[in-house]
Amino acid sequence: MTEEIIIAGFGGQGVLSMGKIIAYSGLMQDMEVSWMPSYGPEMRGGTANVTVIISSERISSPILRRFDTAIILNQQSLDKFENSVKPGGILIYDGNGITRHPVRKDITIYRIDAAEEASRMKSQKTFNMIVLGGYLKIKPLISIENVVKGLKKSLPERHHKLIPENEAALKRGMEIIRRLN
Amino acid sequence: MKTAEGLKDIIKPENLVYRKSSLITDKPFSYCPGCGHGTTHRIIAEVIEEENLAENTIGVCPVGCSVLMYDFLDLDIQQAAHGRAPAVATAIKRLMPEKFVFTYQGDGDLAAIGTSETIHACNRGENILIVFINNGIYGMTGGQMAPTTLEGMKSSTSPYGRDVKMMGNPLKMTELVAMLPGTCYVTRQSVHTPAAVRKAKKAIKKAVGYQKKGMGTCFIEIVSNCPSGWKMTPVESNKWMEENMFAYYKPGDLKVPAESDADAENKNEQ
Amino acid sequence: MKGNEAIAEAAIRAGADAYFGYPITPQSEILEYLMAANPHERTGMVVLQAESEVAAINMVYGGAGCGKKVMTSSSSPGISLKQEGISYIAGAQLPCLIVNVVRGGPGLGTIQPAQSDYFQAVKGGGHGDYHLIVLAPASVQEMADFVELAFDLAFKYRNPAMILSDGAIGQMMEKVYLKPQKQRSTEVPAWATTGKTKERERNIITSLDLDPYAQEQHLLRLQEKYREIERNEVRFEEIMVDDAEFLLVAYGTSARVCQKTLQLARAEGIKAGLLRPITLYPFPYERIRSLASHMKIIVSVEMSMGQMVEDVKLAVNGQVPVYHFGRMGGVITEPEEVLEYLKTKI
Repeated sequence: MTEEIIIAGFGGQGVLSMGKIIAYSGLMQDMEVSWMPSYGPEMRGGTANVTVIISSERISSPILRRFDTAIILNQQSLDKFENSVKPGGILIYDGNGITRHPVRKDITIYRIDAAEEASRMKSQKTFNMIVLGGYLKIKPLISIENVVKGLKKSLPERHHKLIPENEAALKRGMEIIRRLN
Repeated sequence: MKTAEGLKDIIKPENLVYRKSSLITDKPFSYCPGCGHGTTHRIIAEVIEEENLAENTIGVCPVGCSVLMYDFLDLDIQQAAHGRAPAVATAIKRLMPEKFVFTYQGDGDLAAIGTSETIHACNRGENILIVFINNGIYGMTGGQMAPTTLEGMKSSTSPYGRDVKMMGNPLKMTELVAMLPGTCYVTRQSVHTPAAVRKAKKAIKKAVGYQKKGMGTCFIEIVSNCPSGWKMTPVESNKWMEENMFAYYKPGDLKVPAESDADAENKNEQ
Repeated sequence: MKGNEAIAEAAIRAGADAYFGYPITPQSEILEYLMAANPHERTGMVVLQAESEVAAINMVYGGAGCGKKVMTSSSSPGISLKQEGISYIAGAQLPCLIVNVVRGGPGLGTIQPAQSDYFQAVKGGGHGDYHLIVLAPASVQEMADFVELAFDLAFKYRNPAMILSDGAIGQMMEKVYLKPQKQRSTEVPAWATTGKTKERERNIITSLDLDPYAQEQHLLRLQEKYREIERNEVRFEEIMVDDAEFLLVAYGTSARVCQKTLQLARAEGIKAGLLRPITLYPFPYERIRSLASHMKIIVSVEMSMGQMVEDVKLAVNGQVPVYHFGRMGGVITEPEEVLEYLKTKI
């Protein structure tokens, strides 16, 4: 089993940390993982993206052109990565601020209005966890328990009190994701 | 008139009033006659010997006339890249804090290419001694202008005299490092008269003491002559140094550790 | 763990005595990690942020001259600044570790990953006749493992060793197994400057010999050492070469990319194989030479304008065509591109 994921959005949306949580969770499940950020100017705002691979085998290239799953959080990233999804793959996007929606017919498209939901939950910081919850609903490669373990590993101790809030966001994400085609 | 036999008679341990430090090797100095390097080497060797520090000393020599210092001093020595001796010494001292570590650098090495390393080592307050020989010229490469060359002074790259408008002003490194909180003892000495040699040696001895106590960087400038580069006889060069170099590079202590009254008196003396 | 962090943690665990560095993207995590990990309390390791790359490499010189296990790290422009010091270290035969997390150049270039410092790393880099031992990690695991290996080789041969990585491996996270903590060594090499005792001659750390005949003798001794390293220390990995007709040669990130290319190629029935040099100096000339006779073509894949390809050509010596393919300037080569290129040459 190999799952190749691209997560892309604005810097500050938690793109890199969502990738990190997936990677750590995969690690907890004893899988091979790689997390390859696009770094640099993007670190200071602008777009950010990260390639995450989880696999039961040794991972070859951490840099990819085609992905099994694209998790897209803004318009620029949608424009850039819609065509990078392998035929038969999936694309998950947050509809917030999107004016040109995805059009491909050979992939499965899901929409998750996580930004809206996070603001409704008055918990903006868990936005990326709502998205992650949605993703795990579609591809239950890793269990919620292992995500929580991954969170514990990737969050500094002083933030561990936030874990229940994040767990709730994960579950909410699973509920609100919907298939478009 | 004494015969050779007679001389042997006189050279007996009980008659000796002076001898070469055991830390000076038998290799003849490569320095020009009358140059201050030889004397400065000697007093460093004497202090290390008197303080019984030879087994615990690591010296760092520069690029310049004293690049071959390791041939003349019977000590463990590292030869540093041009200007980098304070960085080299920083690592040595940090890794072996119990050792006595000193650098020995000329004005081109310390005040031109190595300005950054000098300022930052002093600013960090590295527990090292920096001995800075300032003769206002690049000796080894044949008498080019140094950052410390005086206004109007001729050198091979300022053949009509240093024009400060075009070539900048002579740099007072010692005054500069004295401003830094990391330095504990900053003094300007010379070695051109027996009295000056004794004082310079005393300064080195003090620096050894301060380093033992871990008080910060000690910086000793030795204003020196360069008979070859200045194109003077040794005697002329010493006179010229007193009249011109001392007027700009004023000898004396610039900074002494606060708690030491004796040092404060020494400052007034100057 | 990120590649850069793996290097830092592995250095502490390998019992390194000191790290001297200066921040530069994309490797600042090494210094940051070391500062945060408080190695001074863990092992007594000294970590110091120097005022420049130049100062940092000269601190390495000073520490190495005392026989200590010292290291520095930087990225391309910073490594250029260190070259004078590296040349002195090689000349004075001091062991140390230099990490280069390569970014695209020339000049300030880009902060994105590249492999354009190959020549600088394997052909010397600074002035004079010398070589570094150059290790090229292709995973975060190897970033960690090669720290100790580099120190061991450096001390074995009294020669500076370099880990030549790139921004991709420095920044990426993978699973990594770390070795247990080793004690810092208390052994003092006979040549180290630690204070001259009465029992021995004074130790001098220098690269200077004004007498040309003496300098020539010194260089001949260095050459002897390099020949010995070339005999003993060549390391490489082979993937699917046994039945291969088309050989890719790639190191570091490019080697990872090419592993994916192999999968894609094999799925299309193209018999491609990969030779991954692990040591770039010494380079696996002999192995490539013997493999070449079974191949139809060889492609050197690098994120540069083609530097390692020259060594591949030297190894192949005209037996079969050798090509270069790769993106540069911070663009990472994609597995599909390599396959597309390969198909144009078949």
